[in-house]
Amino acid sequence: MSRSSSLGDRLYRGETGIDFVGRRRTWFIISGVLVLISLAALGFRGLNLGIEFQGGAVFSVPNATCSIESARDVASQATGAEAIVTETGAGIVRVQTPPVEPAQSQEITRLLADACGVPAGDITVQVVGPTWGAEITSKGIQALLVFLVLVTLFLAIYFEWRFAVAALIALAHDIILTVGIYAVTGLQVTPATLIGFLTILGYSLYDTVVVFDKVKEDTKGITAQSVMTYGEAANRAVNQVLVRSINTTITSLLPVLAIIVVGAGLLGAGTLLDLAVALAVGMFVGVYSSLFIATPVAVMLKTRQPDIKALDKRVMARRGGSGRRAAESQEAAAAAVGLVEVPSEGGGASAASTGERQQPKRQPRSKRGKK
Amino acid sequence: MPPATRSSRTGSQTHPGRLLLIMALITAALAAWAFWPGQDNVVRLGLDLRGGTQVILQPKAVQEGASITDDQLAQTVAIIRQRVDGVGVAEAEVTVQGSGDGAAIVVSVPDVSQERLVELVGRTALLDFRPVWTIEGPAPATLDDTAAPAPAPSTDDTATTAQIVQAADNTPEFQAEVAALDCLNPVNQSGGSPDDPELWLGTCDTNGAAKYSLQPAFIQGTNVTDAVAQLPQQGVGGWVVSLTFDSEGARSLAEASQELYSLPDCTPGGASPCNAFAIVLDGVVVSAPRFNEPIIGGQAQIEGDFTAQEAQDLANVLSYGALPVNLEVVEVTSVSPTVGSDQLRAGLIAGAVGAALIVLFLLLYYRVLGIVAVASLVVAGGLAYFSFIALGKTVGFTLTLAGVAGAIVSIGITADSFIIYYERIRDSLREGKSMRQSAEIGWTATRRTILAADFVTLLAAIVLYIVSVGNVRGFAFTLGLITLIDLLVAFLFTYPLTVLVCRSSWMQRTSWLTGLRRTDRSGARKDGEVLDDEPTKAGVES
Repeated sequence: MSRSSSLGDRLYRGETGIDFVGRRRTWFIISGVLVLISLAALGFRGLNLGIEFQGGAVFSVPNATCSIESARDVASQATGAEAIVTETGAGIVRVQTPPVEPAQSQEITRLLADACGVPAGDITVQVVGPTWGAEITSKGIQALLVFLVLVTLFLAIYFEWRFAVAALIALAHDIILTVGIYAVTGLQVTPATLIGFLTILGYSLYDTVVVFDKVKEDTKGITAQSVMTYGEAANRAVNQVLVRSINTTITSLLPVLAIIVVGAGLLGAGTLLDLAVALAVGMFVGVYSSLFIATPVAVMLKTRQPDIKALDKRVMARRGGSGRRAAESQEAAAAAVGLVEVPSEGGGASAASTGERQQPKRQPRSKRGKK
Repeated sequence: MPPATRSSRTGSQTHPGRLLLIMALITAALAAWAFWPGQDNVVRLGLDLRGGTQVILQPKAVQEGASITDDQLAQTVAIIRQRVDGVGVAEAEVTVQGSGDGAAIVVSVPDVSQERLVELVGRTALLDFRPVWTIEGPAPATLDDTAAPAPAPSTDDTATTAQIVQAADNTPEFQAEVAALDCLNPVNQSGGSPDDPELWLGTCDTNGAAKYSLQPAFIQGTNVTDAVAQLPQQGVGGWVVSLTFDSEGARSLAEASQELYSLPDCTPGGASPCNAFAIVLDGVVVSAPRFNEPIIGGQAQIEGDFTAQEAQDLANVLSYGALPVNLEVVEVTSVSPTVGSDQLRAGLIAGAVGAALIVLFLLLYYRVLGIVAVASLVVAGGLAYFSFIALGKTVGFTLTLAGVAGAIVSIGITADSFIIYYERIRDSLREGKSMRQSAEIGWTATRRTILAADFVTLLAAIVLYIVSVGNVRGFAFTLGLITLIDLLVAFLFTYPLTVLVCRSSWMQRTSWLTGLRRTDRSGARKDGEVLDDEPTKAGVES
């Protein structure tokens, strides 16, 4: 038996890999802690909402020659309220004020132009009414709910309800963690962030669908054999798509990181940067959850199903029998790791599987080939 | 491995050439559409990429608690568009996003100051009441006789602004210009050129049925305190619009009605002056009722064969000037052209860097198949570019910064389709299938996964598009568009090309080139062989 051993090959044969399903307790605890931190951060610190959500005006003065203090004085005097002035990358001075009337914003633009020595036309102005933010937020939430309902329906039809539930749990996990990261870091939440956020939902689900699809395929007709438990088959499926998940994450992150670097370098804060940061955060979280959360949860739900329960019992019983070959009992050990929630690294990784024992898994593949 | 035996699964899958041909046709058609001569064949940029001002207006029902109808929205948009076009702005964009109470009206114009735009769209249109001098047919007078060298109507040739004629007095020139006015031209029926109430006015009515010469206004819109549509108390006749005037309006109305009601009725070509007054809104006649009696008390009723809707519309016009809804300016953004082009440049650079990195990765990791993948990305990019142009021409699609971001993000999603496919091929190779078989087997599994996963993305894009406003919408549109392109490219380009590459005997020998290293468990001896339980694969290609 050959050991041409690229990582992908070994992952594929189940010789190595991460015990996504068996060690689910570990992942759940990790995620649970992160979720708690996120919720706490959200509760105590809240989100740093951009003017789009609370109303206000932002004046971006490029190539400004004025100091931050003088810009603040100009804006504060004109509005009668404290203005927040920051200098972003590329020499742009950003002046943020409470909501103003359009005429007033024109006045402030002129004053800033005078003070900072730039033509008024070069100043980018954004004025948002105080109620508009609530409007945007409610639309965002509305979009989210509609999307969730539709996606749940789709997943329930395409896979089954257990997978839909698992996908939703993973999604909720992604949302909470992403929001948590924004709460902890204090990054500003803008409509662009919201866009990125909604994209992440799509992306995270996309990822989960890809993984589930492989699990579904590999566990088709699994009850017809008694060598592998459902959890093991699912775990192997996840490991088999691992290379794809890694590669996809790389290709998705490359352009996003390019936006972050280029955006931050050339433009400073803005739509592009906000969006890219949200995406980068979400992509990591999304890939993590589709591997470490979605599948284990799906397996947990699946193993409550009577026929799967029977299968797992059968497999365990067979492994419990004494006169088995060594290799198989070794695999049984791996299986035990997968089923009983006792974390143990060694079993799964060292279990060597032969061509024969891949048979149960191969069967459905070749059957699939016929349709 | 006899070259005659090919693993064929279903009829359609054995003809990669055909699929590639379809792809080529689609691309060519799209390119032709995009670059058809005669129109500006460039991607239309949103204002955040080229500079300009955007105002988001939120319509509020005028009556407390009432809902906003789509008709009202459409009317509001039409009026705003007329006004914006009226100041000679090219490429102004007025769109309604959402519907009903949640709707927002987004007005984007390049090169107009923020102040001017807000003033323009937020303004209540001028409404005035003028005694009718003459009514004529809608067609322009024919240039038959000596009727003076028909002075060309004074307004510009863009034909986006309604033409009106104004003069201090009822001079022959004024009459000639009015005669030349073409009220069959829909533009001239749509208003948008506010009139000076102190001057004589020649203009059209809103349905192009007639042309009016009107005396200076005797009442202005501001004198109307209330207007409601109602059924008459006595229950006789149809809907009427009841008007209430302030004291100044009431006085003017009393004078005018006493003077006018004794005159003969207005008919085309009939007497002048005649018994009618025109309600002129934003420069066009919306209604021209006659006086049945002198109206003394400042209360008037306009009767006519109104439907409930027409009466309501007229009442709205009279109460609120032009706009059937109150507009609240909720967001104003202005971007200088310099900043706009900086943003575009940054977006393009980020896109180029991201794409270059992906190309590098794909080539290193998948080698020859990486070339197929890169070619697929190029095709997808081309399709996206053509679509941007074509959609810009047809549905007014503009590429915004958020759209650019959406496109950059979708590079990754597009690349994922190839990755899933190639990893599947690799899986299949590990199971001992030949390269040639694997290209097909891998595709069957990939196809399903791509469809399911892209469906979810598409769903997200559609929901976002429907619910959202402004930037988010541009992003959703781009995301959805590119997801569709991804599907197209995966099915009609990547798959057939990969199959062709995997079929080539050169590829069979030098399999390391694929980047899909195979384990030696799967010997080359299996090439062309078919498994017993897969009889359908034993097809012989014709």
